[in-house]
Amino acid sequence: MTKYAIIGNSVAAVGAIEAIRSVDAEGSITVVANEPYHVYSRPLISEYLAGETTVERMAYRPADFYEKNGVEAILGVAAAGIDFDKKSIALEDGQSVEYDKLLLATGGKPFVPPIVGLDHQDIFTFTGLADAMKLDEAIDRVKDFVVIGGGLIGLKCAESLHKRGVKVTVVELADRVMAAVLDVDAGRIVEKSLARKGIDVVTGDTVEEILGEGGSITGVRLKSEKELPCQAVVIAIGVAPNVELVKDSPVKVGRGILVDDMMGTSVPDVYAAGDVAEGRDVLMGVTRILPIWPNAYMQGRAAGMAMTGSPRGFAGGLSMNSIELFGTPLINVGITDPRDESFEILTRSEGDHLYRKVVLRDGRLVGAIVVGEIDRAGILTGLIRDGVDVSDFKEELLRSDFGHIDLPADVRERRLFAL
Amino acid sequence: MKRIYAIESVCMNCQLCAVFCATGHSRSKDIIKAHNREKVLPRLFVEEKRPVSFAVQCRHCDEPFCVQSCITGALTKSLEGPVVYAEEKCVGCWTCVAACPYGAIRRDVDRKKIAKCDLCAELTEPACVANCPNQALVYEERGS
Repeated sequence: MTKYAIIGNSVAAVGAIEAIRSVDAEGSITVVANEPYHVYSRPLISEYLAGETTVERMAYRPADFYEKNGVEAILGVAAAGIDFDKKSIALEDGQSVEYDKLLLATGGKPFVPPIVGLDHQDIFTFTGLADAMKLDEAIDRVKDFVVIGGGLIGLKCAESLHKRGVKVTVVELADRVMAAVLDVDAGRIVEKSLARKGIDVVTGDTVEEILGEGGSITGVRLKSEKELPCQAVVIAIGVAPNVELVKDSPVKVGRGILVDDMMGTSVPDVYAAGDVAEGRDVLMGVTRILPIWPNAYMQGRAAGMAMTGSPRGFAGGLSMNSIELFGTPLINVGITDPRDESFEILTRSEGDHLYRKVVLRDGRLVGAIVVGEIDRAGILTGLIRDGVDVSDFKEELLRSDFGHIDLPADVRERRLFAL
Repeated sequence: MKRIYAIESVCMNCQLCAVFCATGHSRSKDIIKAHNREKVLPRLFVEEKRPVSFAVQCRHCDEPFCVQSCITGALTKSLEGPVVYAEEKCVGCWTCVAACPYGAIRRDVDRKKIAKCDLCAELTEPACVANCPNQALVYEERGS
C-alpha cells in the first residue's frame, strides 16, 4: 500500500487526489497545509471581499471531499521540514508524516518589494482567504485605498473594494495594466473601463514610501514624487513560489521547483505542482512558473498520475486567463504581445468594447486576446494547444463568430466529429 | 460513452435543435414561454456558412479542460462519463469558455451563469437529437 503525502491544500492538491483515486483506491493520502480551511476557490476571494459570496459557497469541493477520497487532512498545521532520505515530513506541532510519494503543492506567497514604511498598520496582501477577511474588516475604517500592482490580482481587488464603496487608486509600474498578459490596446480598454467607474489608475510609476504617523497610514509617495493620500495599502504585485521547505535541500530550484513532464523533481518520488512548480511551457520552449488555476489543476493531476506509477505526463503549461472587470469580459491565451518579428499579428477592434488579436508563428496560432465577444474563444485555445496550421484561414480568426465551420473540412471532421 | 455528433451533409440549419434544447431546459416546457418569458438559452451552437451547417454540443471529454479549469468546482467529470454542471456554484468567470476547445459553453450573461449540454440526463435521447427533422444529429459511441 502506497503512502501518498501532499503538502498544500489548494487546486493542485485536489488535482492530485482525484488522479490518485482514479487509479489507486487503497493507498493512504495525507494532506498537510498551514491554512486551516477546507479546500476553497482562491480566485473567489475577490467575490468574498465584494460581499458577493460566503466562505461556505467558496468550497471548491463538497464538504465530504476528504472523507470520500480517504484523505487524512491535517489543516492549520505547517510543515516544518522534510527529510528526503527518511521520507518523512516534520510538522510544526511535532507530528511527523511518512511518505512513499510526496507532492509539493505549497503554492505561492505574495511578493512584497522593499518599500519604505512597511511597518505601518493596514498594509495588506491579497492571495488567500485570510487576506480577504482582514481587508473586509478594514473597510469600515478606511476611506481611501491604494492598490500597488495593476495585474490580475490587483485589479480584481480594486474592483471589489470599489464595489464596497471605498475610493481606490491602482499604481502600476509598467506602462499599462495587466502588462504580463495583455498588449497596449487591450490594457487601455481595461483602464478605460476602470476609469469610467471612478477607479484611478496610475501607470509607469510605483510606490517608494508608505507615509504615516503613529503606525497609521496617511498616504504613499510615488517614485515621481507625487503623493496619494490613503489610509490603507494593498500590495498585489504578484506571487513568488513558496520554496522555503526545499531550501538547502537536494530538490533543485530555479525560480520555482524544477519539474519534468511527469511533474517529478530532481529527487526521486518527490513531485511538485501548481504555483510552486517551474514546468515546461507548451509554447515558449522554456520552463516557467505559470501561477494560474487551470495550470495548477492539470499539473496536480499529472503529478498524481505519476505518483501512482501510471504516468500520463503533462501536456505543458499554457497561459490562459478569463477576467471580467465591470462587465467587460476579456480572455488571453498564449503569447499575446511578442516583440520579435518572427510573429505575425492580426487585430480587429471596435471602439472601447471589442478587441480581438491573434498571434501566429510559422503559420500556427500561438496566442490570442479577445475582449468583449468572448463566446467561443475556447476554439482558439484549442487550436493553440494543438498547434493547428491556421495560415489558410487566419483572417477568419478575427471574426467574433469564428467557429469550426471556418476550418478545412478534414480538420473539422477530425476535431469535431471524431471521424 | 455515447456522444452527440452532427452529420453536416444533412443539416439544414433549421435551428430546431436549439429550440427544443431551450424548451427542454425551461421550467414551463413550453416553446413560447421558454423563449419569450424565461429566456432560456440553448445549450448548443449551430454554425453555418452556406451551404454547410451543423450543431455543436458539449463533448463530455475524457480529460475535460473545462472541468480542470473551473475555478469554483461547478464543473465535474462524473464516473459515468458526462461532464456535470452545478449551476449554483457557477460565478460566471468564463474560464471554461476560454478553455473549451469545442466552444461548446454558452454565457448566460444576464444570469452570470454558463449554459452547457447535459445530454438531457432525464430523457432517453437528448432533445436536440430526438427532434432533428432531418436526422442530422446522432447520439452514439465513437472514438472520442
